[in-house]
Amino acid sequence: MRRFFTRNAPGYLFLSPWLIGFFLLTLGPILASLYFSFTRYDMVSAPRWIGWDNYVYMFTRDRRFWKALNVTFSYVALAVPARLAMALCVAMLLDKGLRTIGLYRAIFYLPSLLGSSIAIAILWRQLFAGDGAVNAVLSFFGIQGPSWITDPQTSLYTLVVLAMWQFGSPMLIFLAGLRSIPRDLYEAAEIDGTSRWRQFTRITLPLLAPVIFFNLVLQTIEAFKTFSSAFIISHGNGAPADSLLFYTVYLFNEAFSFFRMGYASALAWVLLVIIATFTGIAFLSSKYWVHYENERD
Amino acid sequence: MVALTLRNTGKRYGALSIIQNMNLDVREGEFLVLVGPSGCGKSTLLRMIAGLEDITDGTIAMDGRVVNDLPASKRELSMVFQSYALYPHMTVAKNLAFGLENMKLPRAEVQRRVAEAARILQIEKLLDRKPRQLSGGQKQRVAIGRAIVREPKLFLFDEPLSNLDAELRVQMRAELASLYARLGTTMIYVTHDQVEAMTLASRIVVLRGGKIEQVGTPQELYERPQNLFVAGFIGSPKINMIESALKAGSDGMEVAAKGFQAFKVPRLDTKDGAITICIRPSSIKLGEGSVQAQGTVRLVEYLGNETLLHIALNSGQTLLVSGKATASLKMGDTVTVGFELADLHYFDSKGQRLEAI
Repeated sequence: MRRFFTRNAPGYLFLSPWLIGFFLLTLGPILASLYFSFTRYDMVSAPRWIGWDNYVYMFTRDRRFWKALNVTFSYVALAVPARLAMALCVAMLLDKGLRTIGLYRAIFYLPSLLGSSIAIAILWRQLFAGDGAVNAVLSFFGIQGPSWITDPQTSLYTLVVLAMWQFGSPMLIFLAGLRSIPRDLYEAAEIDGTSRWRQFTRITLPLLAPVIFFNLVLQTIEAFKTFSSAFIISHGNGAPADSLLFYTVYLFNEAFSFFRMGYASALAWVLLVIIATFTGIAFLSSKYWVHYENERD
Repeated sequence: MVALTLRNTGKRYGALSIIQNMNLDVREGEFLVLVGPSGCGKSTLLRMIAGLEDITDGTIAMDGRVVNDLPASKRELSMVFQSYALYPHMTVAKNLAFGLENMKLPRAEVQRRVAEAARILQIEKLLDRKPRQLSGGQKQRVAIGRAIVREPKLFLFDEPLSNLDAELRVQMRAELASLYARLGTTMIYVTHDQVEAMTLASRIVVLRGGKIEQVGTPQELYERPQNLFVAGFIGSPKINMIESALKAGSDGMEVAAKGFQAFKVPRLDTKDGAITICIRPSSIKLGEGSVQAQGTVRLVEYLGNETLLHIALNSGQTLLVSGKATASLKMGDTVTVGFELADLHYFDSKGQRLEAI
């Protein structure tokens, strides 16, 4: 035993920052939250075991939970395809071999760097306010726009547009994917008289499928976890009329506004199961639409 | 009949000229090989013919019609790429049918053509496989099949065998030759391999630096190279080049070739004093010939069917000699080499062929 430690001590010493971080900051809180999800816990008094009550309440009596799920699912269903489509379009434009591609890549990536910042969320709120810049532009064309943020009918779409604008990271991945498709394939298709659209649907999309799949999984997970922009724009409570009550905002409120940490932990675990389910479905479906060039038969 | 005509055709990228002022007639039904060293512009020229590269000067005409601005798909040609360019996510059958679907042919006709191409290329059993499940040779067959099914007027091949191993290359070369004999369609074939060029071509175009050096049948190129570059490029092992002095006398001309005794030659159409004489390694004999020199064997390369000798003449010039009878020699042996005047090629100081007057 002693020999084991003397021999391996330097290795563990170097591993220790990660090990400490993993056990204290990741695994510990995960297990703690699993325990809390079966308790009533207000962060002041000791947690009290209540079995499945939190989960039963969530699915049977909590209408805001269902509202939060509805908002989040709607957002994921709109924002993920919108962001991926935008990212793919820009990547295809940049793939044309511009000389200043490096500059454009940096410029287009910038919103993704800034996007999750509080400042951008505040800016977004002002852009889409009743007297904001968007309506000012619309008024030039004689259109009287609504108050996008405060109107429950439109508020979610402003966040979808924000998500679209943050296309930088999937765009870079798409660009790398596009670059890896041999030019010869397009030239062969061109000689065969294949239209640009057919080249896109029959060559680009199938060969890009592994990258699309990767981006889809990553962006879906990210969309389910959207918090800071929703929190800022909805003034931290899902307003107006709970139309921006994202799951994470609801979870945050339960935990840190109402100090129902036990219930919030249960919400977090349900979100984990939802994300895992979606990821699992994506992986299961991938064998029908994702082609890997070097996969084994 | 002429299938393809290039007139003053050129390609420039800014100030850089890749193809210069090219004039060429490709006859209908011929197998024309474009050959030259790397960077000579042969692939670019092929891509210009295909319509994949713009033409910056001159014209390209097919069947008498200028096609400079005609898109690749309207030129009624097929191209086989070096990389095969097979669609990796489609089966062999779908790869073969893909181009035909664009032509909006009836399904039965598509199936007939795919089956016919598969039969010709003996890939019927591979139709349901994906490209990754195929060997290099099989991929090449599918790539050729994809070209065949379109029944084009012109086939273009861009170094199609260069990704194959040596044995397969020989096999595929023979198959290409029989395919050409069977189809009789005009083919333009790019290669840097002179053996491919010599064995497949009806005519060869030797290119260097974006210019045509010589056009001719393999035999013409081998027996009457028009300049030193062609003489050196065509033929393996490489032709011997000997710098020589030429003197005009009252009864003809006399050549003093380095290491050899001076010898009389027919009157040549030049005033140059410095010329280069060339002779194929197979034309140099040991101990024979009307013109002779002494040398030492520096290297013996036994190739089975022949032996290649590197012989250093007393003048310092190294000669390559190939032949069967040389197998018993070893390094360091002293030998006498010789040749006949009829086997010599003469080139002036600019490298152009000289003819006897």
